[in-house]
Amino acid sequence: MSYDYAKYLRKGKLPHIWCAGCTYGIILKSLIRAIDGIGWAKDDIALVSGIGCASRLPGYVDFNTLHTTHGRSIGFATGVKLANPKLNVIALGGDGDMTAIGGNHFIHACRRNIDLTIFVFNNNIYGMTGAQYSPTTPKGAWATTSPYGMAENTFEITSLAIGSGASFVARTTAYHVAHCEKMMKEAFQHKGTSVVEIINACPTGFGRKNKFKTPASMLTWMKDSAVNIERAKNMSPEELVGKYTIGVLHKVDKPEYIETYDTTVGLKK
Amino acid sequence: MAKAERIEIIEKWCKGCEICVEFCPTGAIEMRDFKVAVKDLEKCTACMQCELRCPDFAIVIYKKDKE
Repeated sequence: MSYDYAKYLRKGKLPHIWCAGCTYGIILKSLIRAIDGIGWAKDDIALVSGIGCASRLPGYVDFNTLHTTHGRSIGFATGVKLANPKLNVIALGGDGDMTAIGGNHFIHACRRNIDLTIFVFNNNIYGMTGAQYSPTTPKGAWATTSPYGMAENTFEITSLAIGSGASFVARTTAYHVAHCEKMMKEAFQHKGTSVVEIINACPTGFGRKNKFKTPASMLTWMKDSAVNIERAKNMSPEELVGKYTIGVLHKVDKPEYIETYDTTVGLKK
Repeated sequence: MAKAERIEIIEKWCKGCEICVEFCPTGAIEMRDFKVAVKDLEKCTACMQCELRCPDFAIVIYKKDKE
């Protein structure tokens, strides 16, 4: 046994609702290991989620958990953090939850640079409602609402976060389990809004209609198309076509919102 | 020589996604009736690929104690 997850799990809730081969379970394990590695007490963590497959995650872990309305996880998380700044607040959701319906909450949390950790589980599709296309569905890909192939351009979640003012932005994948754990730990330690985009696989909604026969082939696709940011610096743009960079993409020190707020209103000098 | 003492499979939680079988470098596990099963414990090198990537917490490798 490399790690005992039992301490953090609500074991009565297992098996979880995710489909066979859904990589959210792998992320859940990375999250538990990251939190254990950083040494936070269970009661000091608030895990906030919206609606969607990814947002079912807080149900399986024994922290303070909050399952809120569609796309509003960051709104609720901001409230939790402002009410009790001592809590380590983590907001998570899928790509549709965070960048489509919750897009405004996402960019404004980044703009404020409030001390939240935001995980965006990007699986390129709205899995729970029946594989409709989301803002991150790749061009040409099949979805139930794009039967001739996706015609729209995709959202670049990390660039959106950097442009909106987040002070820590990283990308990782479900395949790179150790890397994912490391990125999560760095995001937890950073003061300010930290956004981690995690590339995921939805074998049921996305994979089987887009030439990925098995869940394992989707993981292999992640392995083949992810390039570490350090390695990407020495690669030409032609070599990077169809690939994406993983690692810490952006990290700056900026004034954090709660501290700025307290000094502005005179609570703290 | 086998490095794993035993491989525990929680069948109730296994959904049969085959990720563990695909990533096993030595072929120590296989699919049987849509669930993962131990094929040859002797082949297991305790590399933990299957345990790390199992989304369902269904597979646990117990390493042999170093003598």
